[in-house]
Amino acid sequence: MVNNSPAVRIDGLRVRRGRRTVLDAFELELPRGGVTGLLGPSGSGKTTLMRAIVGVQTVAGGTVTVLGEPAGSAALRDRVGYVTQASSVYDDLTVRQNLRYFARVLGAPITDVDRVLAETDLESHADALAGSLSGGQLSRASLAAALLGSPELLVLDEPTVGLDPVLRVELWALFRRLAEGGVTLLVSSHVMDEATRCDRLLLLREGRLLADDSPAGLMRATGTTDAEEAFLVLIREGVAS
Amino acid sequence: MNPSRTLATAGRVLAQIRHDPRTIALLLVVPSLLIGLVAWLFDSTPVFQQIGPAMLALFPFIIMFLVTSIATLRERRSGTLERLLSLPLSKLDFILGYALAFGLLAVVQAGIATAFAVGVCGLEIEESVWLLVAVAVADAVLGTTLGLLASAFARTEFQVVQFMPAIVFPQVLLGGILLPRDQMPDVLHAISDWLPLSHAIDALNAVATGDEDDGYIVAQLLVLGAFALGAVLLGAVTLRRRTP
Repeated sequence: MVNNSPAVRIDGLRVRRGRRTVLDAFELELPRGGVTGLLGPSGSGKTTLMRAIVGVQTVAGGTVTVLGEPAGSAALRDRVGYVTQASSVYDDLTVRQNLRYFARVLGAPITDVDRVLAETDLESHADALAGSLSGGQLSRASLAAALLGSPELLVLDEPTVGLDPVLRVELWALFRRLAEGGVTLLVSSHVMDEATRCDRLLLLREGRLLADDSPAGLMRATGTTDAEEAFLVLIREGVAS
Repeated sequence: MNPSRTLATAGRVLAQIRHDPRTIALLLVVPSLLIGLVAWLFDSTPVFQQIGPAMLALFPFIIMFLVTSIATLRERRSGTLERLLSLPLSKLDFILGYALAFGLLAVVQAGIATAFAVGVCGLEIEESVWLLVAVAVADAVLGTTLGLLASAFARTEFQVVQFMPAIVFPQVLLGGILLPRDQMPDVLHAISDWLPLSHAIDALNAVATGDEDDGYIVAQLLVLGAFALGAVLLGAVTLRRRTP
């Protein structure tokens, strides 16, 4: 019964931050499984949307249902993994100490720590202080913490920022493996060339969805060959209409 | 609430501090040094005998207040608190974890400070030294819990440091160290009755002079405990899973 519900369903979501309305009458449905890319310029509302899905964002109206439960409800806290843009790990603990702590909070088996270290290729840095890691290693440590306990939905806010191309390819390969294992991933990025790696694309601008399509479908519809061009075409159409 | 998550949090906080030996050294040594300084300052007078017990209440209280409020503020600012609150960790687990970790440090700190005041500085204690340690520990735990609460109202490190003069100094001024509380203007005396540090200082003085019975000291300890519990509960209320 629960498995038939979509991964995310958003109805009439309205979010205000300060005096600005970031999202208004926002609608979205994400089916289970696959990698969905959330693309858009900075300030378009990507992070706010992700925070609303995870349930840490104060919302002014509308409903967000995740895996059949209201977003942020207690039943979801070990089923949804969330990686913020800032790497939210403790600088003054080693990578392993960080992961052990988060595993204990989640009630995940302690063997999970070695699994996620291997998945994020951090084994050789497991005993380094998080504060001494490079930016790319740090964001992988943060991702590793989100993989603990094998969540059904992973919400990743710009996980590939600042990574070198090789690591980016490796991380996308990891996202693909997770998706093949049945995990639903929502990955935000402002790097348009990552779009083609997704099963589905959401283009967000100023709090509005410009497109919700597969990469191939999007390019067909706009008569373009890459996501950046497609985005530009959609913006021009939006301005014209 | 879940004891295993509370203990995991306390263990994590202690592990963080273990990576910072300078902080440990400062935490454990500074109160004793200050008490030593006061004893030396009043070497040829009976003043240290009068205010020495209060010193034992003061330093652990202030230091724990500062350390805890900054540690939790850091947690809010680094995003780790947001991560934790999206996980199955109850707010009380989080706060009790901190209170437990810093409470444990407070036990060690108060133990060293008391041993130094009695053993080296010659502070005379009528009642059991253990009672003195117990009050000093309760006092440090109180500093921890008030620090947790204060950090909820601070957005920046600058603000949280301002809370120290705002919350701690009035308690020091009205606590009976500068002037015995019963000689204060009535209004100030009444206010001082509602400040937790006054009760800590009263209890320590009672232990030192032996003027009151054990029941009185236990009652003061309970008052301190009630303040600490209130601060923990209020702190849990001010933690929000959803933020703007």
